[in-house]
Amino acid sequence: MKSFRTRVAKMSKAPTGITGFDEICGGGLPRGCTTLLVGGSGSGKTIFALQFAMHGAQYCKEPAIFVAFEETSKRVIANAESFGWKITALDPSKLFFLDAQPMPDLLHSGTFDLSGMLAALGAQIKKMGARRIVFDALDIVLALLPDEAARRREVYRLHDWLLERELTGLITCKASQEETNCVAQESFGFMQFMVDCAVILNHTVVQGVSQRNLRVQKYRGTSFDENQSPFVIGSRGIEVAVARTSARAHVSVTNERVSSGVERLDTMLGGGYYRGASVLITGFPGTAKTTLSGAFAAAACRRGERTMFVSCDSDGAEVVRNLASVDIGLDRYVKNGCLRMVSGRTIIGSAETFLVRIKTLATEHRARCIVIDPVSTLSSSGNELTAYGVAERLIDWSKAMGTTLVCTSLLDEVSSQAATSSPLQISKMADTWIHLNYLVQAGERNRGMSIIKSRGTAHSNQVRELILSDAGVTVTDTYTAGGEVLMGTLRWEKESAERGAKDMAEVAGRVKRVRLDAEEAELEVRLKALQVELEAKQVEKALLVTTTESREGVLLQGRSRMRELRGADTAIPRQK
Amino acid sequence: MSRGALYRFRLYVAGDAQNSAQAIANLEALCREHLPDRHTIEIVDVFRQPERALAESIFMTPTLVKLLPLPVRTIVGTLSQTQPVLHALGLGTLSV
Repeated sequence: MKSFRTRVAKMSKAPTGITGFDEICGGGLPRGCTTLLVGGSGSGKTIFALQFAMHGAQYCKEPAIFVAFEETSKRVIANAESFGWKITALDPSKLFFLDAQPMPDLLHSGTFDLSGMLAALGAQIKKMGARRIVFDALDIVLALLPDEAARRREVYRLHDWLLERELTGLITCKASQEETNCVAQESFGFMQFMVDCAVILNHTVVQGVSQRNLRVQKYRGTSFDENQSPFVIGSRGIEVAVARTSARAHVSVTNERVSSGVERLDTMLGGGYYRGASVLITGFPGTAKTTLSGAFAAAACRRGERTMFVSCDSDGAEVVRNLASVDIGLDRYVKNGCLRMVSGRTIIGSAETFLVRIKTLATEHRARCIVIDPVSTLSSSGNELTAYGVAERLIDWSKAMGTTLVCTSLLDEVSSQAATSSPLQISKMADTWIHLNYLVQAGERNRGMSIIKSRGTAHSNQVRELILSDAGVTVTDTYTAGGEVLMGTLRWEKESAERGAKDMAEVAGRVKRVRLDAEEAELEVRLKALQVELEAKQVEKALLVTTTESREGVLLQGRSRMRELRGADTAIPRQK
Repeated sequence: MSRGALYRFRLYVAGDAQNSAQAIANLEALCREHLPDRHTIEIVDVFRQPERALAESIFMTPTLVKLLPLPVRTIVGTLSQTQPVLHALGLGTLSV
């Protein structure tokens, strides 16, 4: 906040210390100016004002005066102590309470003004060097004034007095529901024009669920979030929910993968979920959403990461027992403190309260992984309007913290028609969306699992069968036949049929080989026989040649011998 | 003349503001008429003595405090409506 102050010299801000509020208006209330805080009864005006005064006194070196017109300071302090604010321990020279409740039997006669109080306060301010002042429930005093003109005069007197002393003033005023909506209301309407900053607190009940909203109506010289922001009065005071778009800028993106707890699912996702990702598991009742998220929690605990499991449908202990039946043993992690089971039913109130509780518990537990089962509880009746915003902030927050968040979400019968419409529209924000459904075929219901999306990851596009057994959770391949995915018994049948066919083919192959071997052998034998025959023929041929030659020689010899014998012809030289 | 008890008043005023001056004038007239010689008036200017206003829880001016006779009563304003003021001071019946 300090850096902010130096950067914007013109518009100095006085931080309120209220979570979220300082972000909405860029640092706090306008320093040295007056702020009007309007709200119905029980809307949290006094707490807001007190937190502002406390914060100044305790952390900003800005001593504060709290003027209580309605409740006695004793009661205000008692309320504050319930938030763990140690007001009594604070030096009265830092935070001074002035009881200014008009006495009930006070008699008015003629006009009067607030100069007395301002003079008294002036002395006190000088004494303690106060920089902040709160007028709680100024409407009480204004009501004593006889007419509108007198009220207006006193408000201007107060305003001038504040400006003169350069005090950061906060004036709270009661207004009924209708009045907060219609700002031109006479009694404090003009105050809204006069002050530099006006904040409206709203407390409404929607279908029995309390919803608190805060809106900065005006803030001179600064830009601010003009929307209504839900807030809760938590155990540490007011917490305003802000959709922190800027917070996402600080998210350190990592490529680290965390296991989903199911080995094949990790493979399908290309290694698992991303660290810090938000994972949504949707499905009908009984499709093993809890089991799948339980597997994730168990895997996280095995890695030694602190994990929080928020179970909204059943008690935490029941979840542990039920998951043990599919070999997901969470028991020991609960015992060694690594896993914290939170029963969501104990978180009562609006979606906003739920978020604050989860944040608080997660921070306490220093959780790195969070499971919320199911997150659709957020949109239970009365919270329809806020649930989306809450879910969005839940995801923003977990991302900013680098927490891996696994949410399950129930799809009800109506939306079941289109698997793509998940309640809360978390599916839009989630990084990975796994959808579980039943496939009914041949009189069987089987669990199918598909990854609808997974940002930044190559992922399998196949519907696979999720099998729960006492040996754990597995994902198996499915068969497609005629465009349909086969599961359960049909898959088994198909598998065995394929096994049979394979065996048959093997046997046939063997038979063929044997036959071929036989034919080969036969041919080899025939080849041998022919070779032998060929040799015989060759021998025979050679013999024939020799015989013919010798006969011719004999004949020639015989002829020349005859000539010799006849003695009439010259002898023919003998052939060699 | 001293039929009743002594009245002790303290009037807190804010400097010379018009309503404060009015209150002083009204109180003095009232005392002259109803409580001659049996009243004392202390005027406290909260601008001069702010710590007294703080200590004595005076937030509006002018404020008249009747300290005696008991009970202590506080009246805020210029004291211009005589009848209710007299009534509150226990002097209502006297004027009739």
